[in-house]
Amino acid sequence: MSEPKPTILVIDDEPQMRKLVRLTVSSQGYRVVEAATGAEGLQQASAHTPDLVLLDLGLPDMDGLIVAKRLREWSTAPILVLSARGQEDSKVAALDGGADDYLTKPFGAEELMARIRVALRHAARAREAPRTIVTIGADISVDLSRRVVTVRGAEVHLTPIEYKLLAALLQNAGGVVTHRQLLQQVWGPGNVDQMQYLRVYMTNLRRKLEETPARPRYLITEAGVGYRLKAD
Amino acid sequence: MTSERPDPDELLARVRDEEQKSKRGRLTIFFGAAPGVGKTYTMLESARLEVDQKRNVVVGIVETHGRYDTGAMLVGLDLIGRRKLEHRGISLEELDLDAALARHPELILIDELAHTNAPGSRHAKRWQDVEELLLAGIDVFTTLNVQHLESLNDIVAQITHVVVRETVPDAVFDQAHDVRLVDLPVDELLDRLKEGKVYISEQAKRAADGFFREGNLLALRELALRRTAERVDAQMRGYKAAHGIVETWHTGERVLVCVSPSPHSGRLIRAARRMATRVHAELVGLYVETPAALRMSATDRERLAQHLRLVESLGGEPVTLRADDAANETVRYARKRNVTQIVLGKPTHSRWRDILQPPFLDKVVRQSKEIDVYVMSGLAEDGASPKSAPSAEVSSRRPSRLAWAASAGIVLASTLLSWLVFGHDQLADVVMVYLLGVVIVSMRFGSGPSALAAVLSVLAFDFFFIPPFFSFSVSDLRHVTTFAVMFVVAIIVSQLTKRIQDQATAARERERHTASLYAISRELGIAPSRAELLATAARHLRETFHAKVAVLLPADDGRLERALEDAGTFDDSGKDAAAAEWVWTNQRPAGASTQTLPSSRALCVPLKGSRGRVGVLALFASGKSGLRDADERQLLDTFTGLIGSSLERTAAVDEARRARLRVETEQLRNALLSSVSHDLRTPLGVVTGATSALLDANAPKDEATRRELLQTAHEEALRLNRLVGNLLDMTRLEAGALKVHKDLQPLEEVVGSALQRMDDRLLDRKVALDVPADLPLVPFDSALVEQVLINLIENALKYTPASSPLALTARVLEVDASVEVQIADRGPGVAEAEHDKVFDKFYRVHEGEGGGAGLGLAICRGIVSAHGGRIWVTDRQGGGAVFHFTLPLDPAASARLAAKSEIRERP
Repeated sequence: MSEPKPTILVIDDEPQMRKLVRLTVSSQGYRVVEAATGAEGLQQASAHTPDLVLLDLGLPDMDGLIVAKRLREWSTAPILVLSARGQEDSKVAALDGGADDYLTKPFGAEELMARIRVALRHAARAREAPRTIVTIGADISVDLSRRVVTVRGAEVHLTPIEYKLLAALLQNAGGVVTHRQLLQQVWGPGNVDQMQYLRVYMTNLRRKLEETPARPRYLITEAGVGYRLKAD
Repeated sequence: MTSERPDPDELLARVRDEEQKSKRGRLTIFFGAAPGVGKTYTMLESARLEVDQKRNVVVGIVETHGRYDTGAMLVGLDLIGRRKLEHRGISLEELDLDAALARHPELILIDELAHTNAPGSRHAKRWQDVEELLLAGIDVFTTLNVQHLESLNDIVAQITHVVVRETVPDAVFDQAHDVRLVDLPVDELLDRLKEGKVYISEQAKRAADGFFREGNLLALRELALRRTAERVDAQMRGYKAAHGIVETWHTGERVLVCVSPSPHSGRLIRAARRMATRVHAELVGLYVETPAALRMSATDRERLAQHLRLVESLGGEPVTLRADDAANETVRYARKRNVTQIVLGKPTHSRWRDILQPPFLDKVVRQSKEIDVYVMSGLAEDGASPKSAPSAEVSSRRPSRLAWAASAGIVLASTLLSWLVFGHDQLADVVMVYLLGVVIVSMRFGSGPSALAAVLSVLAFDFFFIPPFFSFSVSDLRHVTTFAVMFVVAIIVSQLTKRIQDQATAARERERHTASLYAISRELGIAPSRAELLATAARHLRETFHAKVAVLLPADDGRLERALEDAGTFDDSGKDAAAAEWVWTNQRPAGASTQTLPSSRALCVPLKGSRGRVGVLALFASGKSGLRDADERQLLDTFTGLIGSSLERTAAVDEARRARLRVETEQLRNALLSSVSHDLRTPLGVVTGATSALLDANAPKDEATRRELLQTAHEEALRLNRLVGNLLDMTRLEAGALKVHKDLQPLEEVVGSALQRMDDRLLDRKVALDVPADLPLVPFDSALVEQVLINLIENALKYTPASSPLALTARVLEVDASVEVQIADRGPGVAEAEHDKVFDKFYRVHEGEGGGAGLGLAICRGIVSAHGGRIWVTDRQGGGAVFHFTLPLDPAASARLAAKSEIRERP
C-alpha cells in the first residue's frame, strides 16, 4: 500500500464525538481533519480536499444540510451524515441534497468503519471502468451487459422496472438510496411522489431475489428513509 | 419603642403613593354665575401656581376670545395642538383627546366644560372627554357656568327666558374634587360688559341682550352661590358621617318620580332631583309600561328614552317596569324600594275620563298610605302638565277613515237586523244588538270609532225604535234614561274590550320577549364551547334586533380580537373598531345612538361577567331596527348580561381543563423524574463502574475479565440509548408532536426492517414468521410501526427465557377491515388483571427487574391508536402471551394502486 492515506474530515460540534471518530479512524490508517462548525468544515474541506466527510446534522452555526449542498457544489467526496434517531426527515433531506449515506448515533466502531469503506470503495469504483458482472453476496449475480440476473444458480426473470430498480440500488451498493432518488431514477422526475409503486416493486423484487422476503438479507429497508443493497 | 413609631415622612410618601395608585384624576371646577366673571383667568392663575410647584401642566383647550390679559396668562404654559375637524364646510377646532391621553400630564386645563363637541368627535360632549381624562388618572381644571347645570337648566330658562342647550350632568359637578366659585358683583360684571371685556359668540348676541339684565344676573349669582353652598353642605355632612360625628344621612331614603313620554316630564324630573338633593335622598325615575303603551308612537318612545336618560344623567336610577295597572305597580315598587316621596304630574285630561277610568293620581294617592305624594305642575307657563302615567293618553295611532265608516256601517247593520228581527216590541233585545255592534267596533277599530258607534247607536235607537218613529224627539221621558244607560254601558263595554285587547297584545309581546330570553339562556347554558356559544348568541341577536353582529374578546395578550364577525360589519374607516376599543377600556356603551362616538355605525356594549369585563358586543343595525327604543335596549341589556356570564362560564371551563392538564403534566413530569433518576442511573452506574475498573492500573485483570467488563459497559450503554429513545418518543407522543406520515405499503417490508434492526439482539432466537404474500397494502407510517414491532419484540426478549421461540403472524381481520399483527411468545404470560395495565405509562409488571422504564408498551399503544388501530394482549394456548395490534385498511386506495401499477408496467 504505497498509496497516500485517505483523508477524512469530521465536522461535529461535540469534541468527544470528534475524539471518538479520530481514535477509531486513525487506528485504521486514515488521516483525520477536524472541524467544530459548518463554516470551519467548509474551509477545512477546501484546504485539505478530504476523501470522505463525516458531517453532523446538528451544527451550531448552520444547517448540516446546507453544508452538504455547499460541499457538493465542488466536491465529489462521499458525505456520511451523522444524526440522531427521530431525525428521519432531515436525514432524507441531506441524502437527497447530496449526502451519500448516514449513520445513526450512537453507532459502533465497526459500523462506522464499514460505512467508510463502502463509501470510499464506491467513490473509487466510479472512477474505474464499469464492470460487467456484479455479485451480491454469495447468492446473486447480475450480468449488466446482458441484463441477466441469476439467483442461486438459476436465472430469474425481472420486469424492466424491477431490473431498473435493482440497477439503481447496485450503483450505490452498500449505501442507502432514498425513495425519492429511486423513484427519479426508475420512473423519471415526474413521479417522485408515487411512493407506493416503489414499495410494490420492491416487494416483488424481494420475492424474486430473497429466500425469506420478510427477513431480507440483501434488499434492506431503512424505515422512513429508503433502501440499502447489502452487497457483501 | 421609637423604632415602632411610623416615620411621618414615610407615611406621607405612602399616602402620596396610594393617591397615585388610586388612578382617577381629580377634577377642579371653576364655577361662575355668568360669562365674564373671570373663570378662565382664575383657572390659568391657579394653573401657574401648580407649575411653580413643578407639576407637569398642559393646556388642553382654553379660549382667550382675544382678551389680552387672559392671553398673557397663557404665555409659558404648555399647549396641546387642537384637532381640526371639517363639518359642512366649516373648519372647527376641538380638544385633541388622544394627544392629551398620550401626553398624560399630571394636570390638564380644559375650558368650558359644557361645550358640545363638533360632529365626528369621539364624544358628543366635552364633559365626557374630561371624564375619560379623569379615568386615565389625569387631574383636570375646567370652567362652568351655573346655567349649564342640568338640574338648574329649567330654572335658568324660567329666569332668563333663554333656553340653554348645553348641559352638564349634576353628577359631574357633585363628584368634582373641588369647586371654586369665581364670583363678581353684578355691577362690576355689567361694567366689564360695557367695556367689551366679555366675549359673546355671534349666535348668542341676540339672546345676550335679554340675558345680561341686572335682574337675571342677580338671580344667576344667587343660584351659583346657593349651588356651591349646597355642595359645601353635603361635603360637611359627608365629613361628619365619615368621622362619626353625627348620623345625618338616612340611608335608603328615596324619591321616586313618575316618568312619562309627555314633553313636560323632563321638568318634573328636574324638580324631583332638586327635591331629592335637598333631603339627601336618592332619585328613582320610574316608568310603568301598560299594555296600552305598546301603541306608543316613535316620537313618544324616543322622548321617553330621553327622559330616562335624563334621570340617569341627573344621578338617578331609571327603572322600567311592565304591569297592567300603572298606579298599583308604582305604589308596589315604591314600597319595595323604601321610597319616601313620590313625585307625579298634575293630570291634564278632562274630568269625564276620570269617571270611566279610575285616575292614576287618585289611585296612587289612595294607595300610597305612609308615602308622601307630591303633585307638581308640569310646565310653568303654557299650563299643560305632564302625564305621569301613560295609561290611556298615549294611544296616538289615528284610526283610518275606513274605521269611522265601518263603525257607522256596523250601526246601520245593527239597525237593519233589529228592524227585521225584533221590530218595535222587544226594545231590550234591540239595545242588546246595538251594544253588540259597539263591542265589535271597539274590538276591531279602537276607542274613537267605538265612541262614534255608541253615539250613533243611541241616535239610531231613538230615531227608528222610540215613538214617535223616524224622529229624534222623544214622547216618553223614561226613554231618555234608557239612552243614557245605553250610552254609558256602550262606552264602558268598548273601553273594557279595548283594554282586554291591549292586555292580550302586551301579553303576546311579553311572551315573545320571554320566549326569546328563555331560548337564548337555555341555548347559551348548554353551549359546550366558546365558538358555539358565540354562534348561538349571534343568531339570537340577529333575529331579535335585525342587526349584524360582531363579538370582540380579549386575546391572550390582552388585546381585543374579533372572535366573531358577520360579513359587512367592521369597515376600513376604523371608526367602529375605535368604538369597540373605547367600550373595552371604559366599560360603557358607545357608538351609534349613544353620546360617545355616535358617528360609528355600530352600537358597542360591554359584555360583563361576575368577575369583570369579558368582551365587547357590536351591533350594526340595519335600517330601522329599534335600538334607540328603551324597550329594546333593556332587552339588549339582558342579552348582554346572559352572554357575558355565559362567556365567563366557558372561560372557567377552559381554565379548569387547562388546570387539569397541568396536573396531568405535573404527574407525568414526576414519573419522568423518578424514571430518569432510577432507570437512567442504573445503566450509567454500570458503565461508569466497568470503565473505571478498566482504567484502574492497580487492579489486576486478565484478558477475560477485561473483555467482560467492556461487554457489560457496552450493553448498558445500549440499554441507556433505548431508554432515552423511549423517553423521547413518549414525550413526543404526549406533546402531540408526533406526526404520522401514512403511506400505503406492504407490512412485510416493515417486519423485515424491524427484524433487521433487532438482528444483534435476537441472536439465535427463533422467530417463526407468517406474513402472507397476498396481504393487502396497509396505510401506515413505516418508522413508527417499525418502532411498535421493535418494542414488542424487545418486550418479548426481556420477559421470556433465552432461546424460547417467538412467532410473528399477520392476517386480515375482515370484521375490522384491518390487518392484525400478533407477536407470540412462550414466556410466563401476562396475568389477567394486568392485561390493560401493561400498556400504561411507567407500569412495570416486575418492579426493578432489569427491564425498562415501563414505556415501551405505552409507546406502542400511542402509535397504534394514532393510526386508528387497537392493541391488546391475550394468553397463548399452551403457555405464553400474545400481543396483538391492528392497523386499519384502506381498500379503495389499494384497489386504485393495483389498477394503476398494472398500466404502468409495460412488458
